[in-house]
Amino acid sequence: MAEMNTPVNHQAEDTLPKPKSKAKEFIKKFLKRKTAVISLVFIIFLAIIAVIGPYITPYDAGTPDYMAILQGPSSAHVWGTDEFGRDVFSRLLAGTRLSLGVALSSVIIGTALGVILGVLAGYYGGLFDSIVMRCCDVLFAFPDILLAIAVVAIIGPGVINVMIAVAVFTVPSFARIMRSATLSVKGSLYVEVARSLGCKDRRILWVHIFPGTIQSMIVNFTMRVGTAILAAASLSFLGFGANVTEPDWGAMLSQSRNYLTTAPHLVLFPGLLIFLTVLAFNLLGDGLRDTLDPKLK
Amino acid sequence: MSEKLLEVKELRTEFKREKSWVTAVNDVSFSINKGEVLGLVGESGCGKSVTSLSIMRLLLDTSGKTTHGEVMFDGKDILKISEKEMRGIRGYKMAMIFQNPMSSLNPCIRVDKQLMEAILLHNKISKQEARQRAFNVLQSVGIPDPENTLRSYPHQLSGGMSQRVMIAMAMSCEPQLLIADEPTTALDVTIQAQILDLMLEIKEKRNTGILLITHDLGVVAEMCSRVIVMYAGRIVEEAPVKDLFANPVHPYTQGLIASVPKLGSNMTSLPSIPGSVPDLSVMPKGCKFAPRCKYAQSICHEKEPELTYVEGSTVQRCRCHLFHSKREEA
Repeated sequence: MAEMNTPVNHQAEDTLPKPKSKAKEFIKKFLKRKTAVISLVFIIFLAIIAVIGPYITPYDAGTPDYMAILQGPSSAHVWGTDEFGRDVFSRLLAGTRLSLGVALSSVIIGTALGVILGVLAGYYGGLFDSIVMRCCDVLFAFPDILLAIAVVAIIGPGVINVMIAVAVFTVPSFARIMRSATLSVKGSLYVEVARSLGCKDRRILWVHIFPGTIQSMIVNFTMRVGTAILAAASLSFLGFGANVTEPDWGAMLSQSRNYLTTAPHLVLFPGLLIFLTVLAFNLLGDGLRDTLDPKLK
Repeated sequence: MSEKLLEVKELRTEFKREKSWVTAVNDVSFSINKGEVLGLVGESGCGKSVTSLSIMRLLLDTSGKTTHGEVMFDGKDILKISEKEMRGIRGYKMAMIFQNPMSSLNPCIRVDKQLMEAILLHNKISKQEARQRAFNVLQSVGIPDPENTLRSYPHQLSGGMSQRVMIAMAMSCEPQLLIADEPTTALDVTIQAQILDLMLEIKEKRNTGILLITHDLGVVAEMCSRVIVMYAGRIVEEAPVKDLFANPVHPYTQGLIASVPKLGSNMTSLPSIPGSVPDLSVMPKGCKFAPRCKYAQSICHEKEPELTYVEGSTVQRCRCHLFHSKREEA
């Protein structure tokens, strides 16, 4: 980008203002959206925790302490302890990596596949389009979580399989959204202009059509990250996900439901964390969508 | 006469509608010389745009298909060459300007990148050189501050500016043929005049052949050397611009010219042609204009007339059974 914006003749360079960099403009616009900025900060914070979480826990996340079972929040254990006396705060810190990692990677896999299938189906149409869309219809016929359970039931429990399951139900929604976005952009005049200038199909697809569909992709991506965190947590809750002894937000929620009346903090903190994370991703998505829209200032 | 640039012979384009095919353009033949502006006139839905898209082979996205005819350009029948060869011609030797400038530019991409794209697609030059060329071509279409325009996004430009950028884009590789599909319809009158002047200037400077599609007879009178009048997918009259206005032969052309308001006349309402263009799938059997023609005879409903030279002329052609007798009447 930089070399493209460099004025070519030197006279022009003196008289004209320097071109503003694209990144700077973007950041300036983004910073105006406070909720999105706060969400982004929260997500970055979570990402840092995901990386260093397991090393900074005040207690070991897996070591039971039978002298301190089901304690409420206190100065020793800020968010209390669970039924084995494990520190909830430490377990949540340590579990961030697993919970976020599973959700993000499954959505990224699902997005990549769904976008490619959707864009190609929308652009080329015909038999390929019909096949892709009918397969999506089949997957859409099942509720998301049921589909994920079915996939896990077939390929067995485990973290990798949960990722695959979540990715599977992410693909059709992306395929369908990207197909319709592609269809609407494909019919626009500027695509015809590009063709009248002699662009190749591939160039038209990825340079002219794809950027026009990014907005719908971003919005769906963030919604899906939210859904995926919930789905991964639900699968763990149902016992399909990570090993129950491992710290995972969903699994923690599942374990603590038996103590809902006696030790509500066990449900509160993992639940709150899941809630805040999903909310942050959704708000960030809205903010990004508004920022990337060239029609909005 | 200078040499022929484009020659269209018996072009027929059909569209698939549910299970049957309807003919949108039939038996269209014409040619354009270098440095000539040929006008293509007709009301909405008569096949003007389809003709131009057929020449550019841009019907891919529609259900349309050119089923018959030849388009000779640059010594080749471009309906028969491969898609790859065609891509090399589009934008390089033959370029197109569209009706709505505001939506012709990709809103996500800056002007410089879009202009450079056209240049880089057909020329093996560096990005710096391409940008310099984009700058020059913007200057040549009369944009006062090319550097700023290059850095803008399309939504920051006005309609007239966008159309200039579009013309710049189309002219960036100095094509021999420019197809302008109603280039001024979406612009206001003063800008229209500027854009038309610009196109004439380009024609003069580079000897570009221009196919100007329009429904504005005023534009035709100002711009074109020859005119083709289309009706229901067929050419009904072809004549040098002076002859067409002085002596329109086909009743449809007469009607078109009569319906243009004239300064100084005390008409309370404009004369119009009754009825509307027939549906493509239920075309009348004989002359396509017969149902709306006030001169129509029984032969007009029976047999479709051929496009033949008007008596006493070697340049004016008309598709009508009755043209000699009618001129006597008039």
